Amino acid sequence: MAEIRNYTINFGPQHPSAHGVLRLVLELDGEVVERADPHIGLLHRGTEKLAETRTWVQSVPYMDRLDYVSMMCNEHAYCMSIERLLGLEVPLRAQYIRVLFDEITRVLNHLLAVGTHALDIGAMTMVLYTFREREDLMDAYEAVSGARMHAAYYRPGGVYRDLPDRMPQYEVSKWKSAKTVKELNENRQGSLLDFLEDFTQRFPKYVDEYETLLTDNRIWKQRTVGIGVVTPEKALALGFSGVMLRGSGIEWDLRKKQPYEVYDQLDFDIPVGVEGDCYDRYLCRIEEMRQSNRIMKQCIDWLRKNPGPVISSNHKVAPPSRERMKGNMEELIHHFKLFTEGMHVPPGEVYAAVEHPKGEFGVYAVSDGANKPYRLKLRSPGFAHLSAMDEMSRGHMIADVVAIIGTMDIVFGDVDR
Amino acid sequence: MSEKLERLSQVLAEKLGERAKSLVLASGELTLVVSAGDYSAVALLLRDDPDLKFEQLVDLTGLDYSSYAGVEQPGRFAVSVHLLSVSKNVRLRLRVFAEDESFPMLDSVCEIWPSANWFEREAFDLFGIVFLNHPDLRRILTDYGFVGYPFRKDFPISGYVEMRYDQELGRVVYQPVSIEPRENTPRIVRDENYGNVGNG
Repeated sequence: MAEIRNYTINFGPQHPSAHGVLRLVLELDGEVVERADPHIGLLHRGTEKLAETRTWVQSVPYMDRLDYVSMMCNEHAYCMSIERLLGLEVPLRAQYIRVLFDEITRVLNHLLAVGTHALDIGAMTMVLYTFREREDLMDAYEAVSGARMHAAYYRPGGVYRDLPDRMPQYEVSKWKSAKTVKELNENRQGSLLDFLEDFTQRFPKYVDEYETLLTDNRIWKQRTVGIGVVTPEKALALGFSGVMLRGSGIEWDLRKKQPYEVYDQLDFDIPVGVEGDCYDRYLCRIEEMRQSNRIMKQCIDWLRKNPGPVISSNHKVAPPSRERMKGNMEELIHHFKLFTEGMHVPPGEVYAAVEHPKGEFGVYAVSDGANKPYRLKLRSPGFAHLSAMDEMSRGHMIADVVAIIGTMDIVFGDVDR
Repeated sequence: MSEKLERLSQVLAEKLGERAKSLVLASGELTLVVSAGDYSAVALLLRDDPDLKFEQLVDLTGLDYSSYAGVEQPGRFAVSVHLLSVSKNVRLRLRVFAEDESFPMLDSVCEIWPSANWFEREAFDLFGIVFLNHPDLRRILTDYGFVGYPFRKDFPISGYVEMRYDQELGRVVYQPVSIEPRENTPRIVRDENYGNVGNG
């Protein structure tokens, strides 16, 4: 009889289903995975070390580049850690804006996650649908911050500026005729809030469309049901959070359990899975998008009725307005000190966690009273999830590895930091 | 939240007695410091005691206190572990200092919380803290064949070596870095009430 040996293959780092730069060394027995050894760090940029050499505010844009599909949620955790160390109160309107954009980000992230997961295991159309809606939400990002992805919109003490009264519009060009432009601009006539309200009304119908494509799809179910099953005890022991934990049936969401900002005043539900397989996690993501839509609606209503400041008036932390800075000596000094030396954060340590679309994103900040962090540790959900790759894929077929990577919703900016 | 933490703090003080080197409640978070010898025993107690039940290790990170300007710390290298009890909805930070500064060594908690596996590999990779009885202590984030522990405070931000493609040799070569680290904003620690938000 011929000698049968296990076969070792390299999956990635340049593989479209590896969601970035994952090098996965798979030991195979025929088509069955015996051992999976993820090699990470190909996108390691040393954000934590870099942050030690920048002032507190200068590191905000670095946070966008961690998980580059849920930018504002990363900023949120970072700003929250600074605010906790300072004991700083954030204006209520800023809290609502943050919640609104956190939910926009959640939808953005889940759209990408579900879309690419489907793409990875053969449902090509899905990603075309989800990217259509991502476009609208990216425009909302652009309207508030000027950048479609790396927004740097949240600042310690609030958000950079108030929501714009006017939505930017398309212009006639070689590629877009007057008729198309008119159609495209139809829902952009009012403010950003009008645009988003229009979106929240359209969105549930879009989610129905995704569900028609996938939820009862026979192939989709064959590829996801019973794949990557994680028991609740296992999920806790492996450090799972977010959808990965809820998919296994544990009712745990920081927005409900340890509410931050104004989540305790909003009305929404937390979907929980039963089986703990890829399909349940997909259903959780779909339902979370619907719930995020509900939260967005509530925030829009509140924001319409309640104008007010969006950033702390404490000029030791947040800069004064340009107008006042130019007319007042004291404000000018504040402005100058803030942008040269930066703020000083009292000595201490704090761990601030938010319910990031992928799970629990935490920022552990240690300060020694300087104008820079002494140590900044970013606890990314993807890192903990990927570490369970071996556990989750053992005994599955090689094609299921792709389904498992997809369900973990791995983004390498976040895993490697 | 803080009542819960105060209660937890009392429970911990009772259960651990001498083993709790310090137990501080600050900024709404509880920090427990234990010695390296007691580390794994305390970890097991924290997970299994019915009054504590910290089922999840959320985060584990290395720390290098060598240039810390705040209160003096009992050692150079430490590990901070963030624990979460899902059933009791409470968090705890557990810190342990390594005794030997030249060769920091601590017990591994992989057996207790499997999620510690990669976090410990990361702390080993970046800080050079060795975890005893870790099943697979390899570098994780840095390059294959990397030398040094980049997150230690004495490691320069620009590193020691850089990599480029050599046209003549037809391969990638390593060479000493050609850039100087540049500090745009100096690191400043002011006296106590300087940046106090209360004065703003």
